[in-house]
Amino acid sequence: MNGAVRETWSPAPEADQMVLKELRETVGACMQCGTCTASCPNWHAMDITPRAMWRMIQFGMLDEILASKTFWMCSACYMCTLRCPRGLKLTSAMAALKRLAGIEGSRGARRNLAFYAAFMDDVEVHGRVQETSMMQRYFLKARDPMLPLSYVPLGLRMLGKGKVHMPGRGRGGVLRPLFAKAREMEGLS
Amino acid sequence: MKYAYYPGCSLTESAREFDVSTRLVMERLGCELVEIPDWTCCGASAAEPVSKLMNYALPARNLAIVEQEMADEGITEVLAPCSACYLNLLKVNREVIGDRRLHGRVNEVLAASGLHYRGEVRVRHLLDVLKNEVGAKIVEQTITDGLRGMKIAPYYGCQILRPYPVFDEPGRPVSMEPFIEAMGGEVHHWDMANRCCGASLMMGHPEVAIRSVADILSDAAGADAIVTVCPLCQMNLEAYQAKARKAGGRGVPVLYLTQLMGLAMGLSEQDVQLAANLTMTPAVRRGIAARAWAGPAPAEDEEPAGLNG
Ligand code: SF4
Ligand code: SF4
Repeated sequence: MNGAVRETWSPAPEADQMVLKELRETVGACMQCGTCTASCPNWHAMDITPRAMWRMIQFGMLDEILASKTFWMCSACYMCTLRCPRGLKLTSAMAALKRLAGIEGSRGARRNLAFYAAFMDDVEVHGRVQETSMMQRYFLKARDPMLPLSYVPLGLRMLGKGKVHMPGRGRGGVLRPLFAKAREMEGLS
Repeated sequence: MKYAYYPGCSLTESAREFDVSTRLVMERLGCELVEIPDWTCCGASAAEPVSKLMNYALPARNLAIVEQEMADEGITEVLAPCSACYLNLLKVNREVIGDRRLHGRVNEVLAASGLHYRGEVRVRHLLDVLKNEVGAKIVEQTITDGLRGMKIAPYYGCQILRPYPVFDEPGRPVSMEPFIEAMGGEVHHWDMANRCCGASLMMGHPEVAIRSVADILSDAAGADAIVTVCPLCQMNLEAYQAKARKAGGRGVPVLYLTQLMGLAMGLSEQDVQLAANLTMTPAVRRGIAARAWAGPAPAEDEEPAGLNG
């Protein structure tokens, strides 16, 4: 388990089993037709096709699954979910795989979860996302010194267009009790 | 018609022009938007990879406020302009309500701040309301400055009709077309109208998302502009055009549908905050003012090649 994710969502030992069970239920009825793979706009960046991934979940091939980058390449476009002839919630399955990788602390999980985690931290603190503070959190979590630099040109253009705003207080900590309760209930305390 | 208005975080930050133009246009069309008091973030597409429960509880909190505090004013429907906000709010009604266990768990989270959601608020996307409540006929009556045959590519993106195709055909969406025609514009028919823009993949894996943006922009060839109804689509299609050009795409101005509607209704460029769009260079704006659009976004607006931009 890595530090950056543990700050906010540090799982109890059973959490991974819960996610795996949920995943097996989600894709259990897959008949391996391949429609999901054929529908995915990001298939070219995946090392295992979505169709093959569902098979590996059915077989419980946890190590191979976690070593894959397939689920990190899912942009949650819901095309596979829309088209699956079995009506399976495949986009949710991709998100569950991201959660599983976060819990297991698999290779690349911290970096790949950095943006989502930064976003959620900012929501917890401000109630609404404050884009500038969220990006600062993202840079810190990604721990990549080149990353902030790569955003300088875009940041300057947005500044010039008046799109960059000083982080305000948003709604303050109004969501803190909800976050605390959800963590407690999900065994992520 | 009165709606509980859920702007969502982007519309209070980098997409303020979408918020401003939506409020102005909807007012002209006779829709009253009442902002949900103390609304909070819906979690966008970042909540689900972190916490399944918060993915439902965050949007449910906003629906609970409408149900508990706005029903007295006769407001039972939420209007969301952002596609991700819309889907997250809709998901609560589709996936939580009717699942007794999950509904109970979500309400247990909400109870931590004294809220409870029964499931009685209807969730509408801006485009759904435009299509089914307002209608293109009414819009046509408000048009003062027609688009004079400007060729517009309607871009729908993903989460607005997927996985729940509530008000249009997700395989070949057409709901924006009557509005473009009502404004005197011409519809650019293309295959990429419902292709994903890469969404938040642009943050972690820009090389993958840029490829989608380049495909979309090259399919827009021949159009004077792309119109969107989602702040994330807008950002991805606008901000990375220099990168996309290197990957085979081309520069095309990108506007919010409500900005274009506002202009056609005779509102000024300042009113709809046209200058806030990243692809609105002086040349493109002159083209719009003359109602005969200049070519693609000129190179002066190009960002220097960054590592990631
Ligand atoms: S939801 Fe994810 S896996 Fe499914 S088609 Fe879209 S990007 Fe591919
Ligand atoms: S589309 Fe559905 S049934 Fe077909 S391979 Fe994919 S998950 Fe399995």
